[in-house]
Amino acid sequence: MRVAVIRFPGSNCEPESKRAVERAGGEAYFVWHRDTSLGGADAVILPGGFSYGDYLRSGAIARFSPIMEAIRRLAADGGPVLGLCNGFQILCEAGLLPGALRRNAGLKYVSRPVDLRVERTDTPFTNAYAMGEVFRVPVGHGDGRYAAPDAVLDELDANRQVVLRYSGPAAPDAPANPNGSVRDIAAVCNREGNIVGMMPHPERLADAALGSDAGHRVFESLVRYSLLATR
Amino acid sequence: MTWRVRVRILPRTGLLDPEGQAVEQALAALRFTGASNVHVGKAIALDVAAPNADEARAKARAMCEQLLANPVTEDFDIDVEPAGSA
Repeated sequence: MRVAVIRFPGSNCEPESKRAVERAGGEAYFVWHRDTSLGGADAVILPGGFSYGDYLRSGAIARFSPIMEAIRRLAADGGPVLGLCNGFQILCEAGLLPGALRRNAGLKYVSRPVDLRVERTDTPFTNAYAMGEVFRVPVGHGDGRYAAPDAVLDELDANRQVVLRYSGPAAPDAPANPNGSVRDIAAVCNREGNIVGMMPHPERLADAALGSDAGHRVFESLVRYSLLATR
Repeated sequence: MTWRVRVRILPRTGLLDPEGQAVEQALAALRFTGASNVHVGKAIALDVAAPNADEARAKARAMCEQLLANPVTEDFDIDVEPAGSA
């Protein structure tokens, strides 16, 4: 499993994503957003951060980066693509995932742990979790409120495209849903299930040395998925 | 001919607009009574070369649909006038 971790101007936590893949037994390397080739990658991770300073809207400019065409092709062929935080925003702006991420309901940047309930385990990024399991990883974002028209939301539910929902009191005296996302949506996938976007940062908590490796299984899922796929 | 195009972008009606709500509460705190339905968006101004105003507007509409506004969560409207006037 070779994983390309894309670097945009303003990306963050991309070394964490790379290390998380490596810790799970995969190979990972950085690809600059101006490149046009993914270098033979089997999967792609779009990291968090503030690509292009969040100008216009978060992710709105990054979607025009030259590397996006290669990502579109890989995704169209069924290759796994994961967008974390800003990566999720980019995938929505690029039309690869439904919906949009808007300013947090509380208008403030939120940086804290959240509890996530696993709603779907047959994606390349959640197959190592149990259905209904709740795990805790951090969020850090100002534009994380998932929004979409009701018709789209109903379609997402009907097609089981909600992958994770905010659930439970990760932080005392704080709501389970950190940003006002509609229907508590924290992660969605495309119709085929190979493209997943999530606002939380599992890569920031994927090493037991940090006190928890609750996010590790996102990356373990990816490596496991590739083993299952090639068998 | 060059046209001055102004695009106004607002959160789509019916979607939660926390920024608009916060401004509405701030207006009430200043005792501006009767201010309601407040929404905060953005304005974008640009010069557009086109043979006539209709084509300038059509160009601007395409720009909004593909980049300037998010078709999922935002509505927009467009003003066109000859560049350099007023």
